[in-house]
Amino acid sequence: MTQYIARRLTFMVVSLFAISFVAFVIIELPPGDYLTLYINQLTIRGERVDEARIESLKAEYGYGQPFMVRYYKWISGIVLRGDFGRSLQWREPVSVLIMRRLPVTVLISTMTIIFTYLVAIPIGIYSATHQYSITDYIVMMFGFIGLATPSFLLAMFLMYYLYTQFGVPPGGLFSDQYRDAAWSLGKVIDLGKHLIVPIMVTGMAGTAGGIRGLRATLLDELWMDYVETARVKGLSETRLVLKYPVRVALNPMFSTVGHVLPAIVSGATIVDVVLNLPTVGPLLLGSLRSQDMYLAGSLVFILTFLTLVGVFISDIVLVIADPRIRYE
Amino acid sequence: MATEATQGRLLLESGEFARAADVAEKIYTASQSRLVIMRLLRHRLAIVGMVVLILFYMTAILAPFLAPNDPYRYFDEYLYATPQLPRFRDDEVSSWRPFYYALERKRDPQTLKMTYQYNTAQRLYVLFFARGFPYKLFGVIPTDIHLISGQEGAPLFLFGTDALGRDLFARNIYATRISLTVGLVGVALTFVLGCTLGGLSGYYGGTVDMVIQRIIEFLMSIPMLPLWMALSAALPREWSQLQIYFAITIILAIAGWTGLARVVRGKLISLRNSDYVTAAVLSGVTDGKIILRHLLPGFASYLIVHVTLAIPGMILGETALSYLGLGLQPPSISWGVLLSDAQNVKSIAVYPWIMLPGLFVIAVVLAFNFLGDGLRDAADPYKED
Repeated sequence: MTQYIARRLTFMVVSLFAISFVAFVIIELPPGDYLTLYINQLTIRGERVDEARIESLKAEYGYGQPFMVRYYKWISGIVLRGDFGRSLQWREPVSVLIMRRLPVTVLISTMTIIFTYLVAIPIGIYSATHQYSITDYIVMMFGFIGLATPSFLLAMFLMYYLYTQFGVPPGGLFSDQYRDAAWSLGKVIDLGKHLIVPIMVTGMAGTAGGIRGLRATLLDELWMDYVETARVKGLSETRLVLKYPVRVALNPMFSTVGHVLPAIVSGATIVDVVLNLPTVGPLLLGSLRSQDMYLAGSLVFILTFLTLVGVFISDIVLVIADPRIRYE
Repeated sequence: MATEATQGRLLLESGEFARAADVAEKIYTASQSRLVIMRLLRHRLAIVGMVVLILFYMTAILAPFLAPNDPYRYFDEYLYATPQLPRFRDDEVSSWRPFYYALERKRDPQTLKMTYQYNTAQRLYVLFFARGFPYKLFGVIPTDIHLISGQEGAPLFLFGTDALGRDLFARNIYATRISLTVGLVGVALTFVLGCTLGGLSGYYGGTVDMVIQRIIEFLMSIPMLPLWMALSAALPREWSQLQIYFAITIILAIAGWTGLARVVRGKLISLRNSDYVTAAVLSGVTDGKIILRHLLPGFASYLIVHVTLAIPGMILGETALSYLGLGLQPPSISWGVLLSDAQNVKSIAVYPWIMLPGLFVIAVVLAFNFLGDGLRDAADPYKED
């Protein structure tokens, strides 16, 4: 157990190091350097930029020094001081910008994962136990289309539908009367209402995949000898199915959280752009469009960081829930 | 569709043993590829998928012939024109030749916005094989014949026009060229990467295997879209359309090879200790040749399945990037580029036809999935079902 956790932890740390490197390469990729742009911006705003200030900025960002030195300055700033650099476009520290939008982003991703399993498990079980029924065919059809429809197109179609039907442009997290109100039960309910569409849209592909996977494993399991034995012994069908084959069939489903979570984070990034939600997705797109690279690189880093931590946590939970996984 | 196998069973049941034996022998002596094809043809959805894909790829090849108007031409009198669907009958006329109504422009007195209405009094017949803008068929034969086109002075816009007055039907047709080949080029890249790295990993094992497996695990556990977005945004602005196109396929391939590498590795591990490989090693065949000549063909069918199912992911990736404005840039035409006009909910609500490319994307992805599923079942023709 400890060994397994240690191994996962090492993998996570090495992965984080790798992605921080990639993120820094992204920051450095566009032509022109941050410092020149920053100084230009200051001059345009009419601020006096004296030599001493330029020198201190040069030292801070490791200007003119080798790549590895600049990388070290950047990463040590993050690790030691939580300093991600400054956003040119927003004229604010990147960390402030990200923290403002991160809670909602994490909330949506977590809710989406919960939604995916809450919907996929019962439907998958029903579909498998009622194979070749009309419901089963409908579910399979939904599975196919759900997997084939990219979430941002679904978001677009839904937005069109909602807008033409109800005349309200969807988007945002709160209705007008709650936007600046203090937290109350009403505000939470209002938030929930606004989150239903993004969660459903982002979770659709994962749900469809989950249903298909669960149905397939359960179908293999349902006619195993041990199930027959229990059936012959007179156990009621519902109890029988839920108690034995479903538990076996759920295992592969939960052990794929590591693949589902990155997909959800990817999906949420673009869905939130379409639905115009105040999460890090639109922030990332905006920063890339305006070549605000410290913000963009940091966002890629943070999103990956959270995903890796999420995968790590789910790995630990899994190994506690099912000790067999340790040996894989 | 009655295949030989079902035919054989029917004959057995009806007592025609001599003919049943005939059919059985035909199956028994059939080659592997023949068995795979027989099995695939029994999968009805796979056939549907295959037909749809053939139609789409034909469209890509014949794009200029099928397009009634030049996709780059600005019809500045028809901005956001409504789609005109050809019809065979209306309240007064019934005709064997399809006709369409001319568009009449009206300016809304309040909003000053231009609206288009069908002038139902003016029926125009759709022209077939008429002359239009010049092009080169298959890139070589110069001609100006088009399958369908509108009458002189009243252009036909089957899918309406965009904000700049360009024919969206023509643009959707031209978009198949990029949207459908991005998947193929990208998959070709993933195929090379996946086979090489998966092959090294499975054949040599040890440290090489360990390192490659960790890289795969890493790539599989990070969210790809933010990374794709960042990489494609960093492409130099001055690059040509072609350079951007290939750069995007490379970016998409970064994530795509991992699954294939795992398949290759798993198969190689199970095959590398078999007797015929040992025999090849003892005869002094080089490692590369053993992998390419003796091992890969052993599971080629699985590779084909995997590749078929990987293409839609590539197509979706390009569509998403171009939709966000980070992938291909105009004047390139792909479904994603066309969809990037559909970002504003207000313009979608007024001009819903700009969402049409989305339906084609879904249709193509579904078709690839159906075909891939059928191929997966057919890949192992000896498996009982």
